[in-house]
Amino acid sequence: MSPQDWQAVRLTAALAGLTTVLLLIFGTPLAWWLARTRSRLKPLWAALVAMPLVLPPTVLGFYLLLLMGPQGPVGQFTQAMGWGRLPFTFTGLVIASVLYSMPFVVQPLQQAFEALPERVLEAAATLGASPLDRFFSVAVPLARPGFVTAAVLGFAHTVGEFGVVLMIGGNIPGSTRVLSVALYDHVEATEFDSAHRLAAGMVLFALLVLVTLYAVNRPRREKSAGLT
Amino acid sequence: MIEIRLKLARATGYTLDVALSLPERGVSALVGPSGCGKTTVLRALAGLERTQGRVALGPTVWQDDDLGLFVPTHKRAIGYVIQEAALFPHLTVSGNIEYGRKRSGVDPAVARTDAVIDLLGLRALLTRRPEGLSGGERQRVAIARALATSPRLLLLDEPLAALDAARKSEILPYLERLAAELAMPIVFVSHAMDEVIRLADHLVLLRDGRVRAAGPMAETLARLDLPLGLGEEAGVVLQTRVGERDLQWHLARLDLPAAHCHLWARDQGHATGTAVRVRVLARDVSLTRAPQADSSIGNQVPGVVEALADDEHPALALVRVRLGSGTGTGTGSGRSAAPSGEPLLARVTRRSAQALNLVPGVAVWVQVKTVALME
Repeated sequence: MSPQDWQAVRLTAALAGLTTVLLLIFGTPLAWWLARTRSRLKPLWAALVAMPLVLPPTVLGFYLLLLMGPQGPVGQFTQAMGWGRLPFTFTGLVIASVLYSMPFVVQPLQQAFEALPERVLEAAATLGASPLDRFFSVAVPLARPGFVTAAVLGFAHTVGEFGVVLMIGGNIPGSTRVLSVALYDHVEATEFDSAHRLAAGMVLFALLVLVTLYAVNRPRREKSAGLT
Repeated sequence: MIEIRLKLARATGYTLDVALSLPERGVSALVGPSGCGKTTVLRALAGLERTQGRVALGPTVWQDDDLGLFVPTHKRAIGYVIQEAALFPHLTVSGNIEYGRKRSGVDPAVARTDAVIDLLGLRALLTRRPEGLSGGERQRVAIARALATSPRLLLLDEPLAALDAARKSEILPYLERLAAELAMPIVFVSHAMDEVIRLADHLVLLRDGRVRAAGPMAETLARLDLPLGLGEEAGVVLQTRVGERDLQWHLARLDLPAAHCHLWARDQGHATGTAVRVRVLARDVSLTRAPQADSSIGNQVPGVVEALADDEHPALALVRVRLGSGTGTGTGSGRSAAPSGEPLLARVTRRSAQALNLVPGVAVWVQVKTVALME
């Protein structure tokens, strides 16, 4: 593989890793809230989180481009704060990826939290555990398969994104030229050998990830949330 | 005193309006049909259910809505055990027990964790995980886990309901020992009267979210106006003390302190001076107007009829007799002032009740055929 291709691989791994970490940090409280709230706004929030599942990535990318562009509210804000513009930067890609991959992290977590038996959390409360303590000492260990699923799906899905990247990131080597875009370039240039190396690598990667996921996440207990 | 004043109105139309004072020692049982509110009361004591009112354990107030005070569950010194043990599946047995002990900040020596583990027979299970335990074992772990926090109040919600008869008889002795050995009040919810009669000192009967009756076990069981649903098993529980053992005839004299009289029962090896709880079923008690000299029934004590009620079968009546001799000691037909001994129930036919003129205030002799020791 060419150095440019390796650069694309490293960039993709960095993007997917950062996106996954951010989603686990911000998606966990959101998933907890979605799993336990009785708010009437729950369906609206659940729908917003699930939107990237049904929208063409180009639609999401198009609106993000408008929002973050020089005339968009987000773009004007970042410029006013002296942060520059987000489109066609790595930061812009991370923000877009977080939004795009959100359902793949939030939904497994939400399902895992919903499957937690209420009586076990209540038992923890009667044993003197505060709400935060209950979350970390009972909810997180019991929802562990959900966390594994969420992290793997979030990472893998970010690796595979294309439409959003094209809209928001373009094709700047070392900054926004990720694997899927590099592959597209090779095909456009009829460099099928290079395209094969990337494509076959992706297939192997996807297979490896899923096999690992299913092996690690075998349901061990009566109530564990694995893949749907 | 455990003070409970709760009001709750659910959107479904269900209402709860309960005011209770439970003793701060011994076992109080909340009984009643499902939907009567007994579990809701227990959950409100634990702070798991939000109701309006006041909950206090002695000087410690856990809830007082007039003062805007509500102590969350994790800050209440309670132990809480429910029907399904709700153990932590990711922790071992000892991890489960330590979970609450660590958070209570109580030293293991003070919490007597080792003693609790032995009391509940868990020593051999400490490294096991809950998934590999039987139902009875899980329930014992749940009880140990609750006790390891050194709670000031132990709440048990149908702790035996999910178990079969064999497992029940495995746990019941542990609960009896707990009730006897720990100087901690226990509030116990159950729909099984046999468990309640074995364990409880204080009985609360709930119906449709209201307190139908509340009082000491012996007095409440002897009430004739309550739907206790005991049927054939109607009878009382008496708190007695072994006064003497007759080694020749293998009998024990059980003294009834309030009535200043005694009953003889089979000697079960309890030392003189031991407090013993006995059950006397109404069907084992008969009444006569004059003392019987030539009866095989060795227990014959004086009493005064207090009340009568129809039994389930139209031929039968239940008679409540207050033991002890009133002022006009039990001779013949004379009416006497009410004695202040223990109450007893007798099941007689209505024909006998009429023939013997059993009406409130009449002095009688009570013959007790069987006295069942419960501990």
